[in-house]
Amino acid sequence: MKYLLIMQVNPTVLDALTDEERNAVGDGHGEFMKNIQESGEFILTQALADPSNTKVVRGTGAIPAVTDGPFLEAKEFMGGFYLIDCESEERAVELAKLIPDTKFKGLAIEIRPVMFSAGADL
Amino acid sequence: MSADVGDLLRRLAPQVLGTLVRRHGQFDACEDAVQEALLAASVQWPAQGMPAAPVGWLVTVAGRRLTDQWRSDNARRQRELASVGQEVADTDLTKHVDDTLRLLFLCCHPKLSAPSQVALTLRAVGGLTTAQIAHAFLVPEATMAQRISRAKQTIKGAGFPDGPERLPVVLHVLYLIFNEGYTATSGPDLQRVELTTEAIRLTREVHRLLPDDGEVAGLLALMLLTHARRATRGTADGALVPLADQDRTRWDRAAIDEGVAMITHTLAVAPLGPYQVQAAIAAVHDEAETTEDTDWPQVLMLYKVLDRLAPNPMATLNRAIATAMVHGPQAGLDLIAELDADKRVAGHYRLDAVRAHLLDLAGKHEEAREYYRNAARRTVSLPEREYLLRKTSG
Repeated sequence: MKYLLIMQVNPTVLDALTDEERNAVGDGHGEFMKNIQESGEFILTQALADPSNTKVVRGTGAIPAVTDGPFLEAKEFMGGFYLIDCESEERAVELAKLIPDTKFKGLAIEIRPVMFSAGADL
Repeated sequence: MSADVGDLLRRLAPQVLGTLVRRHGQFDACEDAVQEALLAASVQWPAQGMPAAPVGWLVTVAGRRLTDQWRSDNARRQRELASVGQEVADTDLTKHVDDTLRLLFLCCHPKLSAPSQVALTLRAVGGLTTAQIAHAFLVPEATMAQRISRAKQTIKGAGFPDGPERLPVVLHVLYLIFNEGYTATSGPDLQRVELTTEAIRLTREVHRLLPDDGEVAGLLALMLLTHARRATRGTADGALVPLADQDRTRWDRAAIDEGVAMITHTLAVAPLGPYQVQAAIAAVHDEAETTEDTDWPQVLMLYKVLDRLAPNPMATLNRAIATAMVHGPQAGLDLIAELDADKRVAGHYRLDAVRAHLLDLAGKHEEAREYYRNAARRTVSLPEREYLLRKTSG
């Protein structure tokens, strides 16, 4: 089963981290990646740039509207993701708990199953 | 290399690897040695003719490669293994046959996760390349290579299990391989290895080695009887076609005949088990000319047996469909209502999908649509979602 582990980032929480904590997060991600690479569960990871770099192309029913920046009302945004292939949802949860973000109040990992092109007999 | 020699080598490889691993351990080194022996055979056999004892030839050549490698690696090892060449010369065919099974048991070691068991089995016993396995499971080759390498590390020094207690795990792994191939409806992808065919080939091999085991025969029959419907279970664009709507004239008669004969014989002689019951259910469906002609009372009886042998909410769900066909949709819905309290299946899309189907049969179309919508939202399979969404508008 493939899952996208989405790092839900809250800028207020990130800004409040000490340098030490920030380094611990960085090291933790390195270690996490090494772990899932060695176990053969890792497919892909990307960190996303700050949301201030975002552009939004929004359908209007006529010509799409292009705007700058993220949604102002959003407190959390997607900071990056891991795409993994593992045995079960339980294993995906177990792996998500190893991501260092989960040590900090206010940060979260969202686990989303990837749709697949197959189906059981109906 | 001729196709015949290629097929033969692929069939013999697990026996050879099993023998070497049993004698020397060191999965990785043995695998390399076997690869080299296979390569030598593919060049020499077509040119010089087949050896009288192909397995013995391969074991001897691979054994020599191992010894050569160890000699250059390590002088101490050389002394230990000086006798390898002679030992493999007395080839005992029954021992080789058992070694295939032992290798399978080793690949299905309980310390490994199911995906690792599957990958290692396809690599070591199925003889597929890492790239082929990665492609079949739609993951990058590096991911699969690492998974296989970790699996080998994990079972290093694990030794071969002696008893047949691991057979159920082996059967489950073969079943997983079959299902992975069977449920994939990504259309005619020439690159994708036919996992269903591979699972059937491996199960056939286990059946040949353990002809009296009822569950092995049951699993093989189940695969054959399911595989027989492969041409009709999806449209060209990947949409699912439910059993009731499949064009039964296009089912594979030969596979059905073989599966029916096998399960009929097995049920008569072996102790009953879940795979056999599932095969018997598949046989009843395969022998019916239409959904209406299906012997539903027998299907219902078999699902009751299955629920007793291997209690499982998914089997209960299927029993609800059979119940509805025999005693009317409300009886099926009543059975499903009991599952709402079952944590293992409550909220699962299959529960909503079956409930919707039975509500449809009961004429409660508006309610049915609601459950089809819920099921469509919850499934993670694209073709299933498409199918369920079509039902909400139907």
